[in-house]
This record gives sequence, C-alpha cells and structure tokens, in this order.
Amino acid sequence: MLLGKLTLAALPLDQPIPMIASCVVALVGASVVALVFIKGWAPYLWKEWITSVDHKRIGVMYTILALVMLLRGFSDAIMMRSQQALALHSGGYLPPEHYDQVFSAHGTIMIFFVAMPFIIGLMNFVVPLQLGVRDVAFPTLNSVGFWLTATGALLVNMSLVLGEFQRTGWLPYPPLSELRYSPGVGVDYWLWALTISGVGTLVSGINLVTTILKVRAPGMSYLRMPMFCWTSLASNLLIVAAFPILTATSAMLLLDRYLGFHFFTNEGGGNVMMFMNLIWAWGHPEVYILILPAFGIFSEVISTFSGKPLFGYRSMVMATMAICLLAFMVWLHHFFTMGAGADVNAFFGITTMIIAVPTGVKVFNWLFTLYGGTVRFTTPILWSIGFMVTFIIGGMTGVLLAVPPADFVLHNSLFLVAHFHNVIIGGTLFGLFAGYTFWFPKAFGFKLHEGLGKAAFWCWFVGFYLAFMPLYVLGFMGMTRRMQSYDVPEWRPWLLLAAAGAAVIFVGIVLQIVQLVVSIRNREFLRDGTGDPWDGRSLEWATASPPPVFNFAVLPDVSGEEAYWSIKERARASHRLSDEPDYQDIEMPKNNPTGVICAFFATVMGFALIWHIWWMAILGLVGAFATFVVFAWQDITEEEIPAEEVARLDRANRASRRARLAELEAATVQR
Amino acid sequence: MSELSRDGLDDQQAEGDQHDIAPGDEQLDGSGVLEGVRGYLIGLALAMGLTLCSFILPATGLIYGPAIPVALIVFAIAQMGVHLVFFIHITTGPDNTNNVLALAFGVLIVLLVIGGSLWIMANLNHNMTPMNQVMSMQR
Repeated sequence: MLLGKLTLAALPLDQPIPMIASCVVALVGASVVALVFIKGWAPYLWKEWITSVDHKRIGVMYTILALVMLLRGFSDAIMMRSQQALALHSGGYLPPEHYDQVFSAHGTIMIFFVAMPFIIGLMNFVVPLQLGVRDVAFPTLNSVGFWLTATGALLVNMSLVLGEFQRTGWLPYPPLSELRYSPGVGVDYWLWALTISGVGTLVSGINLVTTILKVRAPGMSYLRMPMFCWTSLASNLLIVAAFPILTATSAMLLLDRYLGFHFFTNEGGGNVMMFMNLIWAWGHPEVYILILPAFGIFSEVISTFSGKPLFGYRSMVMATMAICLLAFMVWLHHFFTMGAGADVNAFFGITTMIIAVPTGVKVFNWLFTLYGGTVRFTTPILWSIGFMVTFIIGGMTGVLLAVPPADFVLHNSLFLVAHFHNVIIGGTLFGLFAGYTFWFPKAFGFKLHEGLGKAAFWCWFVGFYLAFMPLYVLGFMGMTRRMQSYDVPEWRPWLLLAAAGAAVIFVGIVLQIVQLVVSIRNREFLRDGTGDPWDGRSLEWATASPPPVFNFAVLPDVSGEEAYWSIKERARASHRLSDEPDYQDIEMPKNNPTGVICAFFATVMGFALIWHIWWMAILGLVGAFATFVVFAWQDITEEEIPAEEVARLDRANRASRRARLAELEAATVQR
Repeated sequence: MSELSRDGLDDQQAEGDQHDIAPGDEQLDGSGVLEGVRGYLIGLALAMGLTLCSFILPATGLIYGPAIPVALIVFAIAQMGVHLVFFIHITTGPDNTNNVLALAFGVLIVLLVIGGSLWIMANLNHNMTPMNQVMSMQR
C-alpha cells in the first residue's frame, strides 16, 4: 500500500539491454555528481546556474538538456536501424515489446525533449539580446518552465529503469492506450511526463510572447525586429494556442485511465476518433512551432554571412504570420484515412498545399539574399544551404502526401517516416545546429572549431541521405512503419543502406562532441574578443561575449532595421564610436530556487501518480503549491548593480570595439 | 530619431507600443474615479438586464417558441460584449491594439478548433457503415 504498484518486479532484471543501459546512465550520472562535489563546484552551480533567472543561462541549460537527450534519442534510432537490418526472417535482437518501447521513446524524446528544449533554449538566449533589452518579461516563470521540462525528461528516462515505457507509438492512440489494452505504467509515464513538461512549455511560451510584444528597446518597432524575433513570436503564439489542447487531451486520457471515464473508450459512449482529432489539432501546430524558429535562424545566418540585409524582409514577416494562422487549419491530414469523407479530406488537403506557398516565399527570399552577396562559407551557412536542399525535398514529399488519394497509398508506410524525418532533421535540426554554431561564441566568448564543425556537417548531411532516402523507396515497396521483423528479402539491401546512414550520422555526432571538447581546450586560441565574431547585423552582437548579466549597459536606441549594422555604419562614417553614455545603476532580478524546487515536487508528484502512491502525490502537489506561495510572499526580488560596475564592464566592451574599428580603418588606409 | 527612420509608419508603431496598456491597467489620476465607477455601474446594469431577459422572456411567451435557443445565444453573445467593454476594458483605441489582436487571435483559434472538430467528427459518423449493415456483412 505504501508504495502503490511499485515493487521489485518493476526493475527489468531479466532484460539485459535496458538493464545495462540504465546501469551505464546511472554510473555516468553518479560520477558527474561526484565530480561536482569533489571539485567543490556544487555551490557555484547552485548559485549561478540552477537557481538562475537569467534568460541567457536558462537558454544554455535548455540547450544542454536537449543535447544530452539527443544522445538518448539517437541511441534508440541506432537500435531500430540495427534491429531492422538484422530482422529478416528472424526476431532480430530486440523482442517486440522492447522494440515497441524503443520507437515510442525515440519519437517522444526527439520531439519533446530534444527539438523543443533546443528551440526554446535558443529563443530564450537570443530573443532578449536581439530586442536590445535586459531581461524577459517573467524571469522566475522562465526558470519554472525550464525545470518542469527537465522533470518531464527525467520521468521519461526513469521509465528505462523502473517499469516500462509506452508501446503505442510516440502518441498514445486509444483504444490501445486505454487501461484495458495497456494496463502497465508505460502510458502513464508518457502522460505525466508530457502533462508536466507541457505546462513548462506553455509558461515559457507566454513569457516569450509577452517579452516580444511588450519588452523591446526604444525605437524597436515590430517592423524593425530581426527575423528570428518574428518567427519566435509566431512560434510562441502557436505554443500558447496549441499546448492547452495537448494538456486537455492528455488530461482526458488520464481521466479514462485513472477514474474510469469514457472519453476515448469504445464502450460507454466514448469516441476514439476524438483523440486523433484533438491530438492533431495540437500536433500540427507543433510541427510549425518546431520549424518556424529554425526559419528565423536561417534568415539571420544567411543574411549575416552573405553580408547583405535579408531579401524581402516584409514578405518574410507576412509569410511567417500566414504560416502561423494556416498551421491551425490543416490538422486532419494526419488522419485522412481514418474515415473522413471526400469533402473534408479535400478541404484539409487543399489548405495543406496552400501552406507550402508562404514556405516557398521564404526559400526564394533566402536564395535572393545569397544571390550577389559575398558569401563566407562557415559552418552555420553550410547547415543553411544543406537545409535548403534537403528541406525542399521534404516539403515536396509533404505536398505529395497532402493529396488524399496519394495518402491512402502511402500512409503509415516508411515513405511517411522518411518525409517527416526529412523536414524535422533537414529543417529543424539543421537549423538548430546552425544556431548553435552561430550563437555559441556569443554565449561563451569563444568560437567552435571550424574544421570539425564542417566535418560534422558533412557526416550529418551524407548520413541523412543514406539513412532516409532508402526509406522513401521502402515506402513505395510497401514496408509499413514500426515493424519489428519482416520476411521480404527485397527490403533487406535498403535497410542495410539505411543502417549504414545511421552509422555515418553517428560519426557526425561523435565529431560534434569532439568539436566541443577541442574547442573548450583551445578556447584561448578561439577567443572572440570583440563580441562580434561574424560581423553581425542585429543587436546581440553589440554587447560583449559572453554578455554581462544586464546585457546592455544602456538600452540601445534603434533607428531602423538591422539595428547593430547601422551603429557600425555610423562608427565607420564618423571614424569613432558614439559618445560614452551616462551610466546608471541597473536593477536585475535576484536568482531564486522557485523553479527547481517546484520541479522537484512536480517530479515527486508525477512519479507517485504513475505508480499510484497517493500519499506521495498529495505531498508533491502541496509542496509545489507551497513553493509558489513562498515565492509570492518574497519582498526583495531585485538587486542593484552599481553604475561603476556597469561602466567598468561597458568600457572594456567599448575598448575592444574601438580597437576593432582602428584595425578596420588601418586596413582601409593600406588598401 | 525621426530623420533616421525610413518612414512614418515605423514611428507611429513605436509610439503606439509605448502607450499600450495591459488589461485592467487604468490611469488613476483622481478625476477619472467617478467615471470609472459609472462605467462599472452601467456594465453591471446591462449585464443584469441581459441575464434577467434570458430568464424572463422565454417564460412569458413573447418569443416564438422554436426561436428561444437563438434568442438565448443572442443574449449570451451580448453579455460577452458587455463584459469585454465594461469590465475587461477592451476598446478600439490605439492603446488597446495588442489586447484586441490577442482577443481576435484567441477567438479565431477557438472557432477553428471547435468548428473544425465538430465538422470532422460529424463527417466521420456520416461515413460510418450503419451498424445493421456491419452485422449483415459479418454473417
């Protein structure tokens, strides 16, 4: 009774693969914690990172979470590829119930705990800097959002050791996910992890929408915002509108499973199709939540490295907002074949095809930005060009799938799997890697190693085509998704090729890890002293790298598009920097542990509810609420940074820029 | 600043943003208190009037019977309008652009999702094979 359903039987002692994997994870985790305490880093981590309400640090922590979870999600991918490479006429090495958990976990982790935190991390880090402001609208809420996302990730990983994960695919489609057909804790792990981290995503979305709408530097009107801010606005509007649908849908399934409701059951007046309808009313906006910020990153990268303003800025804004609205009008295309009639299918097929139009506008704008520019082929621009080539293929197979008759042939096949990996890897992930390389020097003050970055790009690029183009072919040959074993010999060569592609991607990931390690060791050599390593055009490059806690000593006065470029132009024209401003004291929010404590109690609550340990669930809920009350009663939430300190930091920044200006002018004179 | 900006539109927007107020944020400069109270009182009277109408009118038989649901919907929408104007202070002024846009976006999404769901779910039922036919096919 005291431990609910939790017994020693929950440990997968009889299954070597999850057991070894969880032992390795536990060992690595324990050694990291031990290292932190032995080296005496714990107080620093607690004061400067874990309790931080600084949007830059929260952004970095989101990104680290995403990168760690990428390794977990990718190991699932390797297992699936190797299983399918082996499983002709045999069971392979993964039994069906384990294989089903692997592909369910792969999808869940890659979408919710890799792509989402990576995107939100970059938005958190970059948006306030680009808007020329000191902070986001709700700093503590931001920290709560991050830690709740981490809670979700922790719960999903816990399922590796205790009990099982769901076997229903990445979305728990009823009736399979109902209690009668999935009596285990797997679906509950998904539901509670997603409910808790979904709340985190929602508050982070509210925070960023408010920041972009209400917290901007003087003169930063909407049509002077950098493109990344616009796409972030669109993406966060979608988060605010769509994530409540996910929370409500999982709440209904939870009621079905815990309290015997009949929302999605076959009996008792329930309707299974309502789940498909609602989950995709969230799910389709979700894919635009993921891709729109990536479009913004490409816009920034392409314009910076072409040395030109973004072509068709206003059409880009229009296209972004058009996608934002259309994203809510296409969701039925995820279940064309589940019974809808011709008129409904035709309507949603056409809206799906229409959404390709603004996307096409964007592609042409990027091409015209590159055209006639002096393009510097750095790692971020390689990711961007790789994206354009790859994403166009993925987009076109998407338009093909938007034709309902074609979808009836191709649905649920590997063609579909190839399509969505084509747009998520070729679009979102390439964009995230471009942004990671582009803004890394801003976050840490030194660049990433170029050569290794390029090598990693080529491995990812080639590996992607090797791994996923065969899946298109297999789709045409009739192979459905999620197959644990098969007996069609003709599929085998293509699956071996796909496995080889996954191996090439693996080399790319290893190179990225090596790149990070090498760059940290050679950081003095890769140091960016100027704060503007790429000759950037927007305001994040106007401050030092890494930026001081207050971002800008004085809020910049924006007088046009490309705010920082015009500041640099003025300095070049007048052969000097603008006059030293009058420094004043700056008030910044104080770090506080509300977020991490809230998330601790949310973890306790989620874990307890999964295992039906009711006393512990109440404890977690009360604890989380008490944390909120304590936070609400705090009197002093801000601390002051004296004007002298601000002046000292800003003078250093100005000195490096003055040196750079002198360097540039000397170069011009010589010429 | 103005000579540097490319066109007047940007300036206007920047200005509009600064005057933008959050819902419920009112300028309390003393003189407006009486007007504020009057606004709330008018709102209360209208809201109560509409509520009473929706209870009393259907009972009196003044409305054609089958039209009663439509009348109730009209009263409900009017009630929402009263709340938006008098209590939530949504106005058409330039200081309210964000609030109006947020409301419009919210209403649009709710209509799309609810309307779309109703349409889709109704259509799915239309296309179901009737149960008696399923039974006969199984035989």
